[in-house]
Amino acid sequence: MKYTQGRYIILSKKTLAKEIYDMTILCPEIAEIAKAGQFVNVKVNGFTLRRPISICSIDREKGTLRIVFEVRGEGTKEMSQIAEGELIDIVAPLGGRGFKVDQFETAVIIGGGIGTPPMLAVAEKFGEKGTVISGFRNAAAVILQEDFKAAGAETILCTDDGSAGKKGFVTDALKEVLSRKKPEVIFACGPDVMLRRVIEIAKENNIKCQVSLEERMGCGVGACLVCACRTIRNGDEYYAHVCKDGPVFNAEEVLFDER
Amino acid sequence: MSDKLSVNFAGVDFKNPVIPASGAFGYGREYENFYPLSNLGGISVKGTTGTKRNGNLPPRIAETPSGMLNSVGLQNPGIDHFIKIELPNLKTKDTVIIANIAGSTADEYREIAEKLENTDVDMIEVNISCPNVKAGGAAFGVTCEGAASITKIVRAATRKPVMMKLSPNVTNIAEIAKAVEAEGADAVSLINTLLGMKIDIKTRRPVLHNNVGGLSGPAVFPVAVRMVWQVSNAVKIPVCGMGGISRWQDVVEMMMAGAQVVQIGAAMFSDPFAPLKIIEGLENYVSENDLNNLQEIVGTVIPW
Ligand SMILES: Cc1cc2nc3c(=O)[nH]c(=O)nc-3n(C[C@H](O)[C@H](O)[C@H](O)COP(=O)(O)OP(=O)(O)OC[C@H]3O[C@@H](n4cnc5c(N)ncnc54)[C@H](O)[C@@H]3O)c2cc1C
Ligand SMILES: Cc1cc2nc3c(=O)[nH]c(=O)nc-3n(C[C@H](O)[C@H](O)[C@H](O)COP(=O)(O)O)c2cc1C
Ligand code: FES
Repeated sequence: MKYTQGRYIILSKKTLAKEIYDMTILCPEIAEIAKAGQFVNVKVNGFTLRRPISICSIDREKGTLRIVFEVRGEGTKEMSQIAEGELIDIVAPLGGRGFKVDQFETAVIIGGGIGTPPMLAVAEKFGEKGTVISGFRNAAAVILQEDFKAAGAETILCTDDGSAGKKGFVTDALKEVLSRKKPEVIFACGPDVMLRRVIEIAKENNIKCQVSLEERMGCGVGACLVCACRTIRNGDEYYAHVCKDGPVFNAEEVLFDER
Repeated sequence: MSDKLSVNFAGVDFKNPVIPASGAFGYGREYENFYPLSNLGGISVKGTTGTKRNGNLPPRIAETPSGMLNSVGLQNPGIDHFIKIELPNLKTKDTVIIANIAGSTADEYREIAEKLENTDVDMIEVNISCPNVKAGGAAFGVTCEGAASITKIVRAATRKPVMMKLSPNVTNIAEIAKAVEAEGADAVSLINTLLGMKIDIKTRRPVLHNNVGGLSGPAVFPVAVRMVWQVSNAVKIPVCGMGGISRWQDVVEMMMAGAQVVQIGAAMFSDPFAPLKIIEGLENYVSENDLNNLQEIVGTVIPW
């Protein structure tokens, strides 16, 4: 494993939806080794802690990484001010475990809201053998649908209010998909409530499932132990660390906390 | 690298005075993915207890103006694991190894110190100031009697240099320092984190699940400098200064206040290379100021 810290140029910056930004960063040595499900830790001027953002897509040939993020608070607000052509300070690629894609042929790939971006790198691995289900609040929040299609996936779009795609949750769409085909694996990233339901459905249908989790971070590399999440390891309860033991976990390992 | 940064601190030779702080650096393994650990003056390892501890419920971190709160609660695999698995690895890294230990009872401190006695650790840092655990921890560190009693017990259990880590959450830190000096401590390190709290005004919930946690980062730096100055004026044993250091200039300031060596905690999170950049800055400082050794500036503040 090798971690790199550096300031890299933003080759392009776009706005995908209200307060959702898309940046392509030229960082060949990171792109070379980055994997789907890993993340970058972004330094933001004026803040002590870096902001973890998933890798959305990896282009080894061009030596670029793409990140897509939503303005949630002051740090991401400041991040959104960094312009095309300017430098962004990242530590990457982080995440001891990304999505394990290699041993599978067919997959259902699920993203909820701002949990959708990391699923693009997964969809790009599966091409036509992937079915992407993504869910958003409403039409205005929808992102990345063209990219998923370009990756070759069957794409199913859901919105809570029906203003785009099907009305309903990704879990409704998941049940519909499973009624007509059985993938080898389900990958998911999104809010905890969504992940819990996805895990239940995967279990009911006896399908392997991997989910990407979020927790507040300090070091991002596994040293400070702040990003704990409850898991089961060898039959015992264990506080794993999202940055190093994850951010992707097998569904059967995860114990969600009541918050 | 010249030896102008070298220092003999409490009988232990350090190639430079820059040490990642306990809790910010784990057992060193992660940061080896950035750079060789041999660049560092030493490593203060994650606080280690008699038996494995799971730590507190998450969230365990909250960002605050120019700093952060943490409430890890001493999650660690226990002293036996440290000695068997982590220490042999650390010993190959050509840097000083400081075992940071903590206990809930006086007996636990004694047992850990006894277990470390015949190992390769260079020094023992005794945390009597962790604000994030219910029993023991900070309770010992906030009274002169408590601090003295743990010092005495650890002193009797080991011949290794003993460095007592002091809590800033006290009325008079110099008195505590004197109390541990009197019981035979070889050095003191300070400051541990300041007890703090952050509330999410939307949910009315504390951000930390533990409700309160320890403040560190640049926000605490002036408090740390003040305490290092007061303590180094009060005791003869050497002082390891920490709290909010993020640049080489901070180290110079901390040393002028009286610290011989320093630890770097929260700054690791902003910049994993912070210790190396600081060392480089100190090298330049020494040559620009024609010093034979950086230690020449220790305690040279000229108070009004
Ligand atoms: C592994 C991982 C991958 C992520 N990928 C993406 C992504 O691809 N796109 C995206 O938009 N967001 C992503 N997030 C969430 C993103 O990190 C937070 O939205 C961001 O940190 C919020 O920062 P802020 O300063 O704007 O918010 P504030 O609420 O002001 O932040 C305060 C502190 O809390 C932390 N924090 C707040 N919310 C979160 C959160 N949900 N997860 C972790 N830390 C948080 C911040 O980092 C900061 O330290 C990811 C989080 C993790 C852990
Ligand atoms: C996440 C975290 C975990 C810590 N864990 C320990 C610990 O286990 N033992 C200890 O003595 N101090 C611990 N500390 C305190 C630091 O070693 C240091 O005293 C404090 O953070 C002040 O330095 P800083 O401002 O450079 O971070 C911890 C600090 C942080 C931020
Ligand atoms: S953020 Fe430090 S261990 Fe995960």
